[in-house]
Amino acid sequence: MKAIRSMFFALAALVLLASAVGCQPGQATGPATVRVLTMEQAGPTVDEMNAIVDAFNKANPNIKVEIEYVSYDALHDKITTAMSSTPPSYDVFLVDDIWYAEFGKAGYSLDVTDRITQDMRDKIFPAAWDITTVGGKVYGMPWLLDEKYFFYNEDLLKQAGFDAPPATWEELLAQAKVLKDQGIVEYPIVWSWGQYEAAICDWVILLYGNGGSLVDDKGAPAFNNPTGVKTLTWMLQTIDDGYTNPASISYVEEDVRNVFSQGKAAYAVNWNYMYDLVNFNKDESQVTGKIKMALMPAFEGSGVKSASINGSMGFSVAATSPSKDAAWKYIEFLTSESIQNQYSAHLLPIWKTSFEGENLTKLQGYTPANAVTVPMFNEQFPFAHVRPKVAYYPEASKALQLALQEALTKQKSPEQALNDAAAKWVELAK
Amino acid sequence: MKKTLRVILLSGLVLLALLFVYFPVAWLVISSISTRSELLSTPIHWIPQHPTFQNYINILLPTQGTSEVAKTFRITLGNSLLVASSVTLIALVFGSLASYALVRLRFPFRQSTMLGILGTRMIPEISLVIPLYLFATRVGLFNSPAILVITYLSFALPFAIWLMAAFFESIPVELEDAARIDGCNRLETLWRIIMPISSPGLVSTGLFVFLSAWDEFFFALILTSTVSAKTVPVAIAEFTGRYVVDVGGMMTGGVLAAIPPVLLSLIFQRYIVSGLTAGAVKG
Amino acid sequence: MQRKRTLAQQDALVAFLLILPSLLIILGISLQPIVSTLYLSLFEAQRGINVQNVFVGLANYAALLNDPVFWVTIQRTMYFTVVSVGLELVLGLAIAQLIHSHPPGWQFLRTSLIIPWAVPTIVNGTMWRWIYNADYGALNGLLLQLGIIDKYIPWLTKPNVAMNLVILADIWHSVPFIALILQAALATLPADLEEAASVDGATAVQRFLLIRLPLLRPAILVALIVRTVEAFRAFDIIYVITNGGPAYGTVTISYLTYLEMFSFGHIGRGSALSFLISLFTLAMAFVYIRVLYRPEETL
Repeated sequence: MKAIRSMFFALAALVLLASAVGCQPGQATGPATVRVLTMEQAGPTVDEMNAIVDAFNKANPNIKVEIEYVSYDALHDKITTAMSSTPPSYDVFLVDDIWYAEFGKAGYSLDVTDRITQDMRDKIFPAAWDITTVGGKVYGMPWLLDEKYFFYNEDLLKQAGFDAPPATWEELLAQAKVLKDQGIVEYPIVWSWGQYEAAICDWVILLYGNGGSLVDDKGAPAFNNPTGVKTLTWMLQTIDDGYTNPASISYVEEDVRNVFSQGKAAYAVNWNYMYDLVNFNKDESQVTGKIKMALMPAFEGSGVKSASINGSMGFSVAATSPSKDAAWKYIEFLTSESIQNQYSAHLLPIWKTSFEGENLTKLQGYTPANAVTVPMFNEQFPFAHVRPKVAYYPEASKALQLALQEALTKQKSPEQALNDAAAKWVELAK
Repeated sequence: MKKTLRVILLSGLVLLALLFVYFPVAWLVISSISTRSELLSTPIHWIPQHPTFQNYINILLPTQGTSEVAKTFRITLGNSLLVASSVTLIALVFGSLASYALVRLRFPFRQSTMLGILGTRMIPEISLVIPLYLFATRVGLFNSPAILVITYLSFALPFAIWLMAAFFESIPVELEDAARIDGCNRLETLWRIIMPISSPGLVSTGLFVFLSAWDEFFFALILTSTVSAKTVPVAIAEFTGRYVVDVGGMMTGGVLAAIPPVLLSLIFQRYIVSGLTAGAVKG
Repeated sequence: MQRKRTLAQQDALVAFLLILPSLLIILGISLQPIVSTLYLSLFEAQRGINVQNVFVGLANYAALLNDPVFWVTIQRTMYFTVVSVGLELVLGLAIAQLIHSHPPGWQFLRTSLIIPWAVPTIVNGTMWRWIYNADYGALNGLLLQLGIIDKYIPWLTKPNVAMNLVILADIWHSVPFIALILQAALATLPADLEEAASVDGATAVQRFLLIRLPLLRPAILVALIVRTVEAFRAFDIIYVITNGGPAYGTVTISYLTYLEMFSFGHIGRGSALSFLISLFTLAMAFVYIRVLYRPEETL
């Protein structure tokens, strides 16, 4: 009996404890709270982002901004879960450009078209607006601009007798043949063709560089037309010929960086982040001092000079947030010219003027890497393409990833694989 | 001669088992003290030529410039310890009580209760995330260790009950009959006789519950948002940026995360003693 | 005057009280989500605010059961589960036996076994992904130095090989659980039965097969159920090592569910998928119980 009695007490204590913890103090009246969800290692450091929040809070005593950080992989799931509660757990969140259509349709991001002034439209890169605009409506402020670049190992090229990087993919293969035959490097180029979004990014670069496109002007899939099939066949051929590292089929961006840093590849395609690490960081790379960037090649006869992929991010206001105006005020502050210029050591600004005159000099001078990447950004960004802004993009992308994988692992012909993916896109669009 | 041969053979097998365990662990430790540049060397540097303890310093003695995740790693270790220990303690207490009842006592619906408890575990956790999230926000338990403890308990209890049941079942009924004859009631038998004998089972079950809570990622990710409640798996995931994977940091985190469970098992391993039953029945 | 209870009633009351706390916690937390999942599985429910859910009855289930991708994935998951758990059981039993016979170093081995189990799954997956890497991996490095291969191999680009390598990573992480459970069970076994049999002239093998193994049956049953449920729902390790590739070659049913529910936002379909998974794991548990569960086995 004693035991049973003590158990009841324990249970009662537990219930009391739970209810005590569960008691939520009433909402205090006072400053409007704006809760921000963003990513670690995105642009400015955590300390810098916190400093920006402090500056905003000081300048706006009736708004209190609180900021939280998660990893990129978790960001999407955190946002969608947070939006299921009322009010949502976050008022402002970072959005990857491939999620904009999805979040717009789901009603997560606030339509801010009316809050965008003409001044903002004019002063910000048009390609930056591509990120946050879906069907003519703007759903957020662009914030972190990025695209894929073409890197090459100058030292390896020189060993093969080449003084200049290739301007076309055909030229690259010709150079690669020499590099391979002379035993300088076994697999001259490494790609991120694994079953990840990274493969779609590389696909966009090659497809558009061949004069093709993912969708036509009506939004129907166009990647399975003869140009698309030709491009995928080309990819497969480079593996068979031994120019593309065969492990590319399982690789993602970091693997590309690793292989390139080993000196086991002469060419690589990757995002901005890679340059500083491979060329200046001895702890990270064995090929420091040898790496250069060039305009992304394209295919001969395609009528295209270059093509890259726009992989940027923006900040949005939660459509169901009770503090929309305060939230938008913070976003305006965060993305303003002055703040962006102040913290542009780790973040390429969205304002055209940040790349002019004194601002440009300062921007390029921040780090040795910036001296190369900033002009490169200016040169490459006009050629950066966005992926289709459709609400079903995650599922469409997965279908296309599967198609590329099936063709590259020779389970289906390129034509068959692309046609099957196109059929799926049509089905999803219904 | 035969005995020596046997010892040699068994020692060989132990060595083999140790190799199986330690080859990846060795690599784990090596990568935590190597620079990326060295990790990429071919042929492989099994012993790093330029070892660096920077990863450990970042986590154990962070400075202003250290990454956020390294700075807060120790706190998340503490959170994980708190959550996992609480879950283990409660699961062992409530779980063994329930398990004993289900194994030894006769009452209506016994079989179906047993199966029903197991049945609740069949639903994949993924589909429980959103309802649990909404519940947590509604009762104000979001981003608290308490919600993790409660959630993990609901997962751990069914398995703990089933695990303890297996151990209880292997205890001969004669033992309890003997105790009953000596005047103990059900609960006294449970406390004085069964529990001590089942200590190997309790330790193993405790270890299982502890490590399940220790390793859980998805619920911790969704139900916590700041260092006041973040656990180790969530922290380790943050060594991955948009593209950059801080492998060295992650492996270091892994080494450090493995230490508390190993220490705990060392402390409790004396409770896995064999042959306790032998004397009790014979007499 | 307190009415005297029968022994059976007393037992029932005590049982009720002992089970109550656990039941409260389990049902309190899981019941509503489980019911909600079942409910949502009957709707066409796309994630979003102010999205109208459309009642479709069993259409989600029908669509899944008619989808070849679903069945291929189940097949693949079965392969993963059977191979993984099977090997873990064999290895685990062997290691448990080894420890139980107390050879030199057995305590060190038992403590060491915790380490693979204690390393968080994300770290485990990342570690093996590096070990398997085609250009700088330790597996390639080791095999090359031992002369078993003459050049590095891109292991993870071949669907079948990738699946087996993921299984290896999972086995390394999970064998300790089975080994330690079985070792603890061995430690609880009465030694006198085997002593008596050995006196009667039974060989070690006979003792193992006819006495020890049957006595271990409850522990093996539980270990099998726990590991099978876990293996069938493997997600993290696949996400980290291959992300389901190459060409969906390592996509398991849990990964598919994650895609449907979280990546694509098909709440209705994802819920139906979850329920089908529950049915599969329940069925497997039933099979185990049928084959292995003998309640009145004590001698």
